[in-house]
Amino acid sequence: MTRIGTVALNTFREAVRDRVLYNLVFFALVMMAAAILVGQISIGIEQIVIVSLGLSAISIIGLLISVFIGVGLVSKEIDKRTLYALLAKPLRRWEFILGKFAGLVLTLTVNTAAMAAGLFLALFYVKRSLEQADTVVLIAVYFILLKLALVVALAMLFSCFTTPLLAILFTAGLYIAGLFVHEMRGLQGGLIDPMLGRLLRWISYLLPNFENFDVMGAAAHGRVIPGALIAQNTAYAVVYCAIVLAVAMAIFSQRNLK
Amino acid sequence: MTELAIDIENLTKDYPYGFLHLKKRRSLESLTMQVQAGEVFGFLGPNGAGKSTTIKLLMRLIFPTAGSARILGKPISDIEMHRDIGYLPEQPYFYDYLTAAELLDYFARFHDFTAAERRERVQRMLKKVGLESAGRIQLRKYSKGMLQRVGLAQAILHDPAVVVLDEPMSGLDPVGRREVRDIILELKKQGKTVLFSTHILSDAEMLCDRVGVIVGGKLQGVGAPSELVGVKAQGMEILFELPADAASGGELLAQATRTGDRYRLQVEESGLYTAMERLGAAGAKILSVTQVKPSLEEYFMHLVEADRAQSAAVEVRAK
Repeated sequence: MTRIGTVALNTFREAVRDRVLYNLVFFALVMMAAAILVGQISIGIEQIVIVSLGLSAISIIGLLISVFIGVGLVSKEIDKRTLYALLAKPLRRWEFILGKFAGLVLTLTVNTAAMAAGLFLALFYVKRSLEQADTVVLIAVYFILLKLALVVALAMLFSCFTTPLLAILFTAGLYIAGLFVHEMRGLQGGLIDPMLGRLLRWISYLLPNFENFDVMGAAAHGRVIPGALIAQNTAYAVVYCAIVLAVAMAIFSQRNLK
Repeated sequence: MTELAIDIENLTKDYPYGFLHLKKRRSLESLTMQVQAGEVFGFLGPNGAGKSTTIKLLMRLIFPTAGSARILGKPISDIEMHRDIGYLPEQPYFYDYLTAAELLDYFARFHDFTAAERRERVQRMLKKVGLESAGRIQLRKYSKGMLQRVGLAQAILHDPAVVVLDEPMSGLDPVGRREVRDIILELKKQGKTVLFSTHILSDAEMLCDRVGVIVGGKLQGVGAPSELVGVKAQGMEILFELPADAASGGELLAQATRTGDRYRLQVEESGLYTAMERLGAAGAKILSVTQVKPSLEEYFMHLVEADRAQSAAVEVRAK
């Protein structure tokens, strides 16, 4: 456990030193501009605009970090051969994978938390107050974080057996496909061949369901998010990440380094 | 019976290649070799001979096609074995966003040292490799030679019983090479086992108790450098000067090689005194007489040439 933590903390330090968290400046500028603009032109829809914009920015920035840095977590270490000296230490390959995953998730958590704080500041600026109903925005941010963890796990899995470019394409492709899981399940009866319909249905259950993590509409309108959905999404993300990481660890444990 | 530090048995490695990875190139063929505890063992071979492949197999960076190896009695798949080994990769590259002190501290954490122990060890190692004043500089600003020193420091940081160094002299200036040689000799004095690969034969001759020569993925010979090259003198070499007013040295002078004002003449051991008398009579000033022994380099080149000839013969037969 200590060894996983050591790798995780170093991964976080790498992200900080490589100025990954500089995106926060960009986010802060967007939120400040939006808050000032919305304060001047909107009538009664400040919350909708600010929350939608803020959550979208958190999601997009997080996705970019998850995919591009997630893919590089393993492949960069192999390409630059920084892994050689590390794996000669008493560190198992699966511990390395888990440590890297935990390190990037920690980075994303810090990044997302800082952006969420910025979002609440902008919300406070336009509404002049915060209500208990605004906690739903926090749940939406939590769901984004779960989604990002899943994307990191997928990016790491692909980077364990293919080139960085293909790993980026596979991860992005799977993310986009995962946004249309419900539509895939709906393509039944009459519209397409029944066999193809069944096949798509099976595939849709294998794909990561990213639609479930999207509660932006509910958060923007201050609607209540049921506790059951929070538990379900948490369990889903944990189990899916565990499976993906287990496969990644199994592949990486057998991989010949260059 | 001497304890074995490294015991390699029939280690073989094939690398797949081609679009579907269906073809295979053999990089290492049935390597069987032992390194005794406490000895400095040089692993010699030209580029691409299989030295780094062997070391990577021992470090479990790649996996063997066949065969097995044990370090300090433990199979190389046993992660606990890594507590007692230190490894310097060839042309090492480390996290360039860290300083040397941070990198060493990071690696020390995998060996369960306390914070105080880590601090003390890191400082001691930086001093040992001559980087005490550069310890707080990020590695991205380091030269190749400085990175090599950091690599050496991380390899011996945890006081391992077995140290494996892949081309440790590579990229170092003469001062750096001397320092690495001193560190290897110090490790030997401490009773550590050192296995290092090199193609710099003078280093191997100077440092190694035994060497193994690998060419074309096959081990061609193992033994003490003097055993491998043979102890029998090939002849005698006379170093002499010939004053300007000296009489002609005749045919002997014609056989000698001139370097500046000095001449070197190689003669049979039985003909030494005759040659010296004739040179003396010609007015030559004899400076030294030394035995000529075959060098490790000659032995090495002989093996490389033999391997090339065999490969060429195989190609001709294939055609």
